[in-house]
Amino acid sequence: MNKIKQVFANGKAFIGFLTAGDPDAESTVRYILEMEKAGADLIEIGIPFSDPTAEGVVIQEASIRALQGGMTTDGVFQIVEKVRESSQVPLALMTYLNPVFHYGYEAFFTRCGELGVDAIIVPDMPYEEKGEAQEAAAKHDVRIISLIAPTSKERIQMIAGEAEGFIYVVSSLGVTGVRKEINTDLDSIVSSIREATDVPCAIGFGISTPQQAKKMAASADGVIVGSAIVKIIAKYGNKAEKEIYDYVKSMKEACLQA
Amino acid sequence: MSRGRYGIYGGQYIPETLMNELIHLEESYEFYKKDEAFNQELNTLFNEYAGRPSLLYYAEKMTRDLGGAKIYLKREDLNHTGSHKINNVLGQALLAKKMGKTRLIAETGAGQHGVATATAAALFGMECEIFMGEEDTIRQALNVYRMELLGAKVHPVKSGTRTLKDAVNEAMREWASRVDDTLYVLGSVMGPHPFPMIVRDFQSVISKEARAQILEKEGKLPTAVVACVGGGSNAMGSFYHFIPDEDVKLIGCEAAGKGVDTALTAATIATGSVGVFHGMKSYFCQDEFGQIAPVYSISAGLDYPGIGPEHAYLHDTGRAEYVPVTDDEAVEAFEYLARTEGIICAIESAHALAHVRKIAGTMKASDIILVTISGRGDKDVAAIARYRGLDIHE
Repeated sequence: MNKIKQVFANGKAFIGFLTAGDPDAESTVRYILEMEKAGADLIEIGIPFSDPTAEGVVIQEASIRALQGGMTTDGVFQIVEKVRESSQVPLALMTYLNPVFHYGYEAFFTRCGELGVDAIIVPDMPYEEKGEAQEAAAKHDVRIISLIAPTSKERIQMIAGEAEGFIYVVSSLGVTGVRKEINTDLDSIVSSIREATDVPCAIGFGISTPQQAKKMAASADGVIVGSAIVKIIAKYGNKAEKEIYDYVKSMKEACLQA
Repeated sequence: MSRGRYGIYGGQYIPETLMNELIHLEESYEFYKKDEAFNQELNTLFNEYAGRPSLLYYAEKMTRDLGGAKIYLKREDLNHTGSHKINNVLGQALLAKKMGKTRLIAETGAGQHGVATATAAALFGMECEIFMGEEDTIRQALNVYRMELLGAKVHPVKSGTRTLKDAVNEAMREWASRVDDTLYVLGSVMGPHPFPMIVRDFQSVISKEARAQILEKEGKLPTAVVACVGGGSNAMGSFYHFIPDEDVKLIGCEAAGKGVDTALTAATIATGSVGVFHGMKSYFCQDEFGQIAPVYSISAGLDYPGIGPEHAYLHDTGRAEYVPVTDDEAVEAFEYLARTEGIICAIESAHALAHVRKIAGTMKASDIILVTISGRGDKDVAAIARYRGLDIHE
């Protein structure tokens, strides 16, 4: 059973991201469970890629640390397997298309299905290119998450019309990473998405503070935070539990106040 | 299947943020491609500014020395800025101007494409920022200064392997953050559609001229067309108008670095596999999990882990053949051409010449090899000297 619907069943959703294998696989498992405990509604697990072109410096560096530590696609599946021993928290894998393509779509989504991965987010697979992965993903009950950007404009209807799971609304131009201010007119983007679909919308890119989370959650159904969590992990290494827990808890509370 | 395909290769594997811009670029290009004024303006730039048509030179001494096929050199090294890169850059910069863009960004490996882009930006009065792997800013320090002289800002890229691949990553990130007034002038027949098509079209002037020139000089087509391949822009331009001539062999020379049986190589067709990276499906050097491999070549311009999608297609269909050439072979060919014909070519082009040296002697005197000298070698002299153990710095 796909668990994406649950993500948006507890008020405005908080979605947290971390890079698998940063600093090591065992810590990643602990941090996922800690985020769940703190109220995260969905956890995005990044399969590290050598050349993450949509990523800012923070996640680029986490990817390098994870790869240098020996993390692989199979290693990420082992992490998911461990998490699933004690948790049914909704999970999404986030990566670039090449690791998925190279693993083989059928093989990759079979593993996802077996382990209860609910969704996949692939920033370099836009609407036009999702066709090749779609069949295998659907067969194994994995949702392909569509992204909509500030530049999407007249493409919004087309993308939203076929969206499944939830829609990842990219808050700003550029790459991932903490931003002081987000100036995009997200309300108008979300309302134009609403014309095409009732699939939930979560806003990501640049969000780090509870104030931002509250503001963004007011415009949508949830917020996505990556770099801010990865920064905590970069700072505290394999002893980041408490900081992650406190941070995620404060962010989820902010979402609920929206 | 999406647009911009060469068999299964190509496509637009790029973040949503850039999709509308790519569509806009394609529409603009399709419009101006048919626009007479645009073509006239570009032709004038080619002829009056870049020095086209480039010469087709009969390398008589080399022909005699190698004792087989007649060898002709297509002299793209004589273009303004010293390489074929100017062909594509003038086309894209003019297109950018028509689209109302005021800022050009580009990646560069050896610096040839960066210098060409900085040149066009100066000519058109546009802002220019160049992304260059830190490693390459050291290997090609003189070109960094050249770009700065032309008014460009050069960003040394410190991520990843600090070479061409990482420069492309950073240019893509920059474009995604500022797309309205900016065109990313991609330097090779790679990246998401429409770049492989646009760059190929602008570079196809090489084979358009060469085909007419050889027919005029020899009254027949060449037996083989040979060019070096990194991303593959000079090769694609050199091949393009010969593709329908089925009897003309097309040979692309990849940088094998220390050898295709070592990890220090950039020979994508010889050692890579199919993947999706930098916006395109093509062949890439990668590991068993699809992580892009660090590659190596003495030539900063060929030091790239992928190849343009149309080359991947020409390879699969057998229309073109791709052969690896090592550092050693390229350096020897570099020295050989200097000694034999008095031409100091780019180390990239020397890869093509090295293959010509291998095959010319096995061919008949009635055969013709047309090899593209994609650039001049001034930028490489110090590096070659160091390769030979001399302590010369620029």
